[in-house]
Amino acid sequence: MFIQPTRQRWSAALAGTLGVGLTLGMAACSSGDSDDEASVPSAAPVDCAQYTSFGDLKGKTVSVYTSIVTPEDKPQIDSYKPFENCTGVTVKYEGDKAFETQVLVRAKAGNPPDIAFVPQPGLLKQLVETGRAVPAPQQVSDNVDKFFGQDWKDYATVDGKFYAAPLGANVKSLVWYSPQEFADSGYQVPTTLDQLKALSDKMVADGKTPWCAGIASGEATGWPITDWMEDMMLRLYGPDTYDKWVNHEIPFNGPESTAALDAVGAYLKNPKYVNGGLGDVKSIATTTFQDAGLPIVDGACSLHRQANFYAANWDEDTKVAEDGDVFAFYLPGKDATTKPVLGGGEFTLAFSDRPEVQAFQTYLSSDTWANNKAAISSGWVSANKGLDVNNLKSPIDKLSAQILQDPKAVFRFDGSDQMPAAIGSNAFWKQATNWITGQDTKTTVDNIEKAWPK
Amino acid sequence: MGALFSVAESTPAKFAQMLAAILLFAAVMGLILFFAGRVTGRRSDRIVAFAYLAPTMLMLAVGLIYPGLRTIYQSFFDAAGKAFIGLGNYQTIFTDDGQLTVLRNTVLWVVVTPFVATAVGLLYAILVDKARLESVAKALIFLPMSISFVAASIIWKFVYEFRPDQGNIKQIGLLNQVLVWLGASPRQWLVDSPLNTLLLIVVMIWIQAGFAMTVLSAAIKAIPDDIVEAARLDGVTAFGMFRFVTLPSIRPTVVVVLTTIGIATLKVFDIVRTMTGGQFQTSVVANEFYSQSFRSDNQGLGAALAVLLFVLVIPIVVYNVRQLRAAEAR
Repeated sequence: MFIQPTRQRWSAALAGTLGVGLTLGMAACSSGDSDDEASVPSAAPVDCAQYTSFGDLKGKTVSVYTSIVTPEDKPQIDSYKPFENCTGVTVKYEGDKAFETQVLVRAKAGNPPDIAFVPQPGLLKQLVETGRAVPAPQQVSDNVDKFFGQDWKDYATVDGKFYAAPLGANVKSLVWYSPQEFADSGYQVPTTLDQLKALSDKMVADGKTPWCAGIASGEATGWPITDWMEDMMLRLYGPDTYDKWVNHEIPFNGPESTAALDAVGAYLKNPKYVNGGLGDVKSIATTTFQDAGLPIVDGACSLHRQANFYAANWDEDTKVAEDGDVFAFYLPGKDATTKPVLGGGEFTLAFSDRPEVQAFQTYLSSDTWANNKAAISSGWVSANKGLDVNNLKSPIDKLSAQILQDPKAVFRFDGSDQMPAAIGSNAFWKQATNWITGQDTKTTVDNIEKAWPK
Repeated sequence: MGALFSVAESTPAKFAQMLAAILLFAAVMGLILFFAGRVTGRRSDRIVAFAYLAPTMLMLAVGLIYPGLRTIYQSFFDAAGKAFIGLGNYQTIFTDDGQLTVLRNTVLWVVVTPFVATAVGLLYAILVDKARLESVAKALIFLPMSISFVAASIIWKFVYEFRPDQGNIKQIGLLNQVLVWLGASPRQWLVDSPLNTLLLIVVMIWIQAGFAMTVLSAAIKAIPDDIVEAARLDGVTAFGMFRFVTLPSIRPTVVVVLTTIGIATLKVFDIVRTMTGGQFQTSVVANEFYSQSFRSDNQGLGAALAVLLFVLVIPIVVYNVRQLRAAEAR
């Protein structure tokens, strides 16, 4: 002991008292911290008549947990304002890049948010299996019947119970190109798969390397190939076989998978077709998916298959429009009459059935919200049929919405997002990466089949 | 008090929360000190000792022992953590092709890194010993130690970066630029296994050599001058001096350095995850444990990998501690 006993006792007691007092004081201060933004009125005057059916929910709070972070979170949060102002509910928004792993941890630990925006049907099932999620209220179900296709409803239905309405959507069956180059070289936008092939060959004959691709994405490296394969599966075998494949009712190493992956290989593993401006076939593995389409702008490549959200990767001075520097066309079906569309989206899964939570869920599933959101965001689209395409600002968003709302279109959700995590976010990515760096198709599909959880 | 455990929204609120947590800690410690100070009598020493140890013991139990036991328990269960499958996960680790690659890479890491890093550090320490500008030379090689693994990985990712040998495209990676200067064509360094694992190991050596150099240099300086002079009078060669005087004198330190780097290498995660994400057959046990647990949703296999890592580290830690004691006993 290096301090006198009496002195030590006194200072210890002082430390204790000070500590407790300050702690309580601090806690009291920080609890008074509230969301100031919610009280700021929205710029445009809002007609609250549409919101009266929600009733008076003044002083209630709804917490939202999502993977949508800066800068996309701003239009999300702003789109809630009419609802907040008219009903008095405060929406507490929490965006997290680690959402996919954290939401499961929180649900299992009994600390789920009121509403989670779940971007994968597979994850939604896992969350429902924790027993914490609550089925969607009747009103939300009615809205989804009214504004969305049955396919969307099925993705959020677990064991016959409907849980969550779709929120945003993305369209993956798109090929980016340069309208200028097409006009100069006399290329036509293809309307069948055969035409796409013929176009690629014509570009090769013109001395070009038509395609550019990149799959590097940190630990998720490989995912763009899974999208390619899903698109080909849909086109070669149709939506019913696609569903069977996704649900593992047909094996992953069956003839369908092999043919679909080989069809991808006809483009991505063809040294004449790839990898314009980026290297050889193997360079696909090390090019980040963000950089992969950029050579289109300098004319080093002509075609890049990637979802509508790729729009965010172009430089600010690159004009994304039908008459601009770059634009996208629909990745054609096998023939001009079939229109399979691969895409993705989020679902609003609730973990509470408090009236304000249900009211907010209902608002998000309505055409009112979809149009409110469309008016303030760009690079965003929804499969909501009540969404007025003219409310969307950017041409690529309009194109995406048109593709989603086309009555002939058959929509299918990204298959790897529905497969078990061991496949959809591990083996499929890894084997696709090995495949592009040289592994043959058979070994690739066999390895994925072997990894499928028993 | 509720605010202390809720998620803070703004930065000031976060700081307030952090301060509150520190104060709470201070308050608890204050209380313990206060009560421990009031204890008097014959057995007061023991009670005071126990009071001081109790918080540590409690935290170790909650934060280390319980999770450790639970991980071992979980490693005997299936992916969902529901069905008991005995040693099934361990069987997977030692039979599955992908997992065997992970083990091969880990072995490569553990065998190569400590020895090369220590050798480089030792050589450097001897070369700069008593040289002019010794401190500057030492600072240079020690600098990488101050960079985080993730930052070092990003630096080296640029070194290995590939751009095609096409038209007017310029290399941005140092290594490929050197190749181009020499007239060769650029390569994709991180794609081909097992070369890519060795290139990742280089990053670890780059970081750890500074540590080895610093510790070994101190040990070399502690060698008594009379031994060195006696050897000189006997007409020892430079190599003889190293082999028969320097090395035996610093042997315990060399072992400690080797084992310390070995432990760090076994647990390597950041470098692999940042540079390749475990793709192109570069995954190691720590990275695979993370992927299986959090990405692949296979809790059982993830836990088994964590246990394997634990089991592999134990003998090195034991050896390390023994050598440390032996070194201190001298």
